[in-house]
Amino acid sequence: MNHLIIAPIVLPAVLAGLIVLLARRAMLAQRLIGAVALLALLGLSVVLLRQSGEIPAQAYFLGNWPAPFGIVLVLDRLSALMLVLTAGLAAVIWAYAVVTGWDRRGRHFHTLFLFQMMGLNGAFLTGDAFNLFVFFEVLLIASYGLMVHGGGTARVRAGVQYVAFNLLGSTLFLFGLAAIYSVTGTLNMADLAVKLAVLPPGDAALIRVAFALLLMVFAIKGALVPLHFWLPGTYAAAPGPVAALFAVMTKVGAYAMIRLGTLIVTAPATEGLWQAYLTPAALCTMAVGAVGVLGSHSLPRMVAFAGIGSMGVVFLAIGAGTPQATSAALYYMVHSTLATAALFLLADMITPAQGRDDVQGRGAAASGVMAALFMAAAIAMAGMPPLSGFVAKLLVLDALRDKAALMWSAVLLASLLTILGFARTGSRLFWKPPTDVSPAPAPDNPGAIAAVVALLAAIVGLTVFAGPITAWLDMTAQALHLPTGYIAANALPGVP
Amino acid sequence: MEILIASSVGVLTAAGLYLMLRAQTFPVILGLSLLSYAVNIFIFAAGRVAPGMAPILDPAAIGYVDPLPQALVLTAIVISFGMTAVIVIMALGAYLNSGDDDVDAAGSDISGGAG
Repeated sequence: MNHLIIAPIVLPAVLAGLIVLLARRAMLAQRLIGAVALLALLGLSVVLLRQSGEIPAQAYFLGNWPAPFGIVLVLDRLSALMLVLTAGLAAVIWAYAVVTGWDRRGRHFHTLFLFQMMGLNGAFLTGDAFNLFVFFEVLLIASYGLMVHGGGTARVRAGVQYVAFNLLGSTLFLFGLAAIYSVTGTLNMADLAVKLAVLPPGDAALIRVAFALLLMVFAIKGALVPLHFWLPGTYAAAPGPVAALFAVMTKVGAYAMIRLGTLIVTAPATEGLWQAYLTPAALCTMAVGAVGVLGSHSLPRMVAFAGIGSMGVVFLAIGAGTPQATSAALYYMVHSTLATAALFLLADMITPAQGRDDVQGRGAAASGVMAALFMAAAIAMAGMPPLSGFVAKLLVLDALRDKAALMWSAVLLASLLTILGFARTGSRLFWKPPTDVSPAPAPDNPGAIAAVVALLAAIVGLTVFAGPITAWLDMTAQALHLPTGYIAANALPGVP
Repeated sequence: MEILIASSVGVLTAAGLYLMLRAQTFPVILGLSLLSYAVNIFIFAAGRVAPGMAPILDPAAIGYVDPLPQALVLTAIVISFGMTAVIVIMALGAYLNSGDDDVDAAGSDISGGAG
């Protein structure tokens, strides 16, 4: 067995514990441990990414229990991709939080950040549906702490809503899992794929209800309309770097939908069940996101709505259900995570703590560097050439060619509204002459700007190397839609 | 037995959802707790109802009850217990800071002037 597979879960868990035990009051030691953890995670995930290209899927059996009885972690191309994306994004955001001093504004920032990494990595690696629930809870409970980091009434109150809503989602998840277990007697994902393929027709109704519940759970995580309404308030109230890290949390919902959607929901009993809901909901998500971008008063809120809109495009591509569309969804997912995170960091720099809201009445709060970075990030987010947002939207549109009339006009119209919203906010923020009530622009923090530049550089890299990356993602999508390698890695008894 | 379990899941879920839709945080938290009780019983029943059986294989016993849902329900209980503690503390913090325990007020105000 390849013990590296479990390292992205164990490493942050151990180091987060160490921080609490050894370095509760020593900020320097906390930062040191955090830096070691994030660099190690980045290195680990790159190594795992290289391995995943050579072997289609590797399983790690916890406690060496055979597959349907014990818990398995499975490393394949998709999980390795998500690990690298998470580790890279987290390293940049963590550096931003340190240089801007966000980690000093409350206690336990580094501990919670590492537990969040543990939950995210676990959710991407696990091959067991109940374990997926457990890692969702790990990442959520860490996110509750991060969300209210720094305190403040508005933040804590938004936090209560966020926690309550996600607890409801967790309960639905448990109802769904229990119903699946009562029908199939297993929760191992590969075993579920095998068992559901030969499910007696009499059991189909319960399993369909269970997967409809799971769709709702992942829709809550991924902010799919009509279950998106927790997101704008939460992300706008969360500390800037935390909101940027949460950009990858919505992708956990999309990841789970791709994973279960290609592995299990393709079984005869549930075939087409998710697609029927996903496409119309994704179209509404794009519309709500675009209108929200136009209608938001505050910059963080506008970015949150732009994030919702981008999830709409991701879900539209997932809903198409073809390998080509899945590949496009993955590319768009990587791109939109980076772009959303960059915009949240910029929003955090441009609207400092005393005036998080009302960008409309205030001008010239930021320098020219800021304006240039904002423009680059907005171009990426809205999907204009020359950055990867354009390539990503092109891939999605190409994959949706057979329903072009509706899909293309929806995607393009939503993009237009997003461009309008960003252009208006940009000109109000940076071109409006300063008034007496405008706060003086905060001095630029070179470290913070470097973090945003790093994210933008990743977007440029995604654009420049779009050819090899899409070729790699095409192979990923093909392996997802023909999951024999994934199932074989679990070495289930009686399954070839 | 089956009717008792099924109806208790139904009643708990209905009461939990009703309380979830209240405007104050305290009933919402109570509703979340009731929902987690409902789901715990539901998971328990997912392994089939077999009263009086032990969850271990024993040649002398006439049967056994599926042990896995018991392990799952234990995990679910621990998690929901921890989560309830977190939301109680956060709700208490929000109440003490702002002076009222309305669930809704904050979400819409973040974009507006109050911040």
